[in-house]
Amino acid sequence: MANLKVTLSGWELDNPVIASSGTYGYGLLFTDIYDVNILGSFSLKGTTYEPRFGNPQPRSAECEYGVLSSIGLQNPGIDAVMSEELPKLRRHYRKRVFANVCGSSVEEYACVASRFDESEQVGIIEVNLSCPNVKEGGMNFGSDPAMAARVTGEVKKAVSKPVYVKLSSGVTDIVSIAVACEQAGADGLCMVNTMPGIRIDLRTRKPVLGTKTGGYSSPAMLPISERMVFQAYEAVSVPIIGMCGVSTARDVLEMMMAGASAVQIGSANLLNPRICKEIIDALPAEMEEYGINSLSEIIGSAH
Amino acid sequence: MIQGLYRIRENIPAAQGVYKMVLEGDTSAICAPGQFVNIRLDGFYTRRPISVCDYDSESITLMYKLAGEGTQYMSRLGRGCELDVLTGLGNGFDTSKSGPRPLLVGGGVGSAPLYGLCRALLSQGKRPAAVMGFKRAGEAMLTEEFFALGTEAYVTTEDGSMGEKGFVTDAMKAVEYTYLYVCGPSAMLRAVDAVALTDGQFSFEARMGCGFGACMSCSCKTRFGSKRICKDGPVFERKEILWQT
Ligand SMILES: Cc1cc2nc3c(=O)[nH]c(=O)nc-3n(C[C@H](O)[C@H](O)[C@H](O)COP(=O)(O)OP(=O)(O)OC[C@H]3O[C@@H](n4cnc5c(N)ncnc54)[C@H](O)[C@@H]3O)c2cc1C
Ligand SMILES: Cc1cc2nc3c(=O)[nH]c(=O)nc-3n(C[C@H](O)[C@H](O)[C@H](O)COP(=O)(O)O)c2cc1C
Ligand code: FES
Repeated sequence: MANLKVTLSGWELDNPVIASSGTYGYGLLFTDIYDVNILGSFSLKGTTYEPRFGNPQPRSAECEYGVLSSIGLQNPGIDAVMSEELPKLRRHYRKRVFANVCGSSVEEYACVASRFDESEQVGIIEVNLSCPNVKEGGMNFGSDPAMAARVTGEVKKAVSKPVYVKLSSGVTDIVSIAVACEQAGADGLCMVNTMPGIRIDLRTRKPVLGTKTGGYSSPAMLPISERMVFQAYEAVSVPIIGMCGVSTARDVLEMMMAGASAVQIGSANLLNPRICKEIIDALPAEMEEYGINSLSEIIGSAH
Repeated sequence: MIQGLYRIRENIPAAQGVYKMVLEGDTSAICAPGQFVNIRLDGFYTRRPISVCDYDSESITLMYKLAGEGTQYMSRLGRGCELDVLTGLGNGFDTSKSGPRPLLVGGGVGSAPLYGLCRALLSQGKRPAAVMGFKRAGEAMLTEEFFALGTEAYVTTEDGSMGEKGFVTDAMKAVEYTYLYVCGPSAMLRAVDAVALTDGQFSFEARMGCGFGACMSCSCKTRFGSKRICKDGPVFERKEILWQT
């Protein structure tokens, strides 16, 4: 029997397939399609302190090999997530979730994270560094190692649950940011968020998206995100969750061989709501094909 | 919502630049006229949302305009092809509020979901009237079908090549009604709202990432907070709509 189990900071997941933040709502939408309890886990929509409406329309633009989105962290705010979404979810989902935390200041991150820390439904606090830092000119927290370390350190101080830091992909030296987060106390890394991109409408001669730029996600990103995971694996010792472009069971195996302890599936859920189930179902046969008995044995095998 | 494989029974031109597609498969998730389906097309990374024009226990009729590469690709698919389709999406029209004499106002392919709505209203013993606007006679669609239902139906064209010359808002003046159901391009929705004499429901469009509520691509502001056009809509009541300026 193929062993799909993986462990993240002492939490044993039935399999390494985790649905990504912002592409899975609060989980319930997928219950029409399959029993969401089969997932390794999933990550809640990025949550801020106050409710946020998000960005102007259009927020989504199709590309040749993927999709460009700029949602702007629309969410009902931490109070509503704690008092409404989590209790609703409990009726359908037995496992723990990742709580994706966003903020426009270091204090906001710490505050939202500490609220999630109170919930027994939350397994891991996932800190999304791709948020604009309002106090310091809007540059995102993830583009500078010192900023990334500060957020990580402050969130760590505010919570007792494991803290995984989700890194931005549009940076020149991802390894230095990964190392800075580890040194600041991160218990794990999520690598990576979407790649900044733009599309222009030929008819209007203007950007398609309301915010001009957005995040590109695509199966074509896999070699790039996998390279980032590969490089970070050599520089840090905390677990890495690989993502951005993972859409098949083989991609899962590759990502894990590059150094990931688990994977996340994002925009693929939007095109094919059954994708996580399909990947989980396909994993045992793919493992057999490549002579893998236990997934945990292949983590980082490419090094 | 159901995600299923649906077989193309028919895929034929219905008007200039408009195709009619009939899909066979499980229609059990569809619960109201005005809902839509979301069609996956090979080689495209987002699905294409299309309103249900009509449906029965085993088939779904769609009317779609050739708008770009995706719909052009759809128009080349032959009978017997299978498509991965999400069905039962969105809220659809609420027929319980119509009163005895609702008026259905459609613009272009926006008339498609009003056809199924019209049938539903008739089956409830109501006497709907319809106003359909097109650019020119060649683009007119479903007019025969509406007449065949025995409904009072008015057609307007911008160039006068069929029916009355003008806009749906001109033809609306001649009709008395208890409620409005409106679907069409956003400028038309706005114009209808400006002359509307009763409450009503308006069907909206947005660029969609998923079509089933997961991604927040389609959010809009309403008087009662933010709503997802794909999940909380696409149909909104007139009194909750915040018109964008
Ligand atoms: C709820 C809903 C119901 C609809 N019902 C119908 C219908 O019954 N008949 C019909 O002809 N059309 C309908 N549309 C519009 C239809 O979805 C678009 O015309 C179609 O997606 C265009 O695809 P394309 O690849 O040909 O065009 P392209 O312009 O090449 O498409 C590029 C991208 O933009 C999206 N897009 C383009 N136009 C629209 C639009 N108006 N609304 C939403 N997304 C768009 C496409 O889905 C695709 O992701 C509906 C849209 C929505 C949101
Ligand atoms: C529509 C959409 C919304 C997203 N929202 C969030 C979010 O709220 N927080 C976050 O950390 N990442 C968010 N992401 C990024 C995804 O979680 C994921 O990291 C990214 O899309 C890369 O993975 P993929 O290639 O599998 O999509 C979002 C992505 C998309 C497409
Ligand atoms: S299109 Fe994804 S939530 Fe509406």
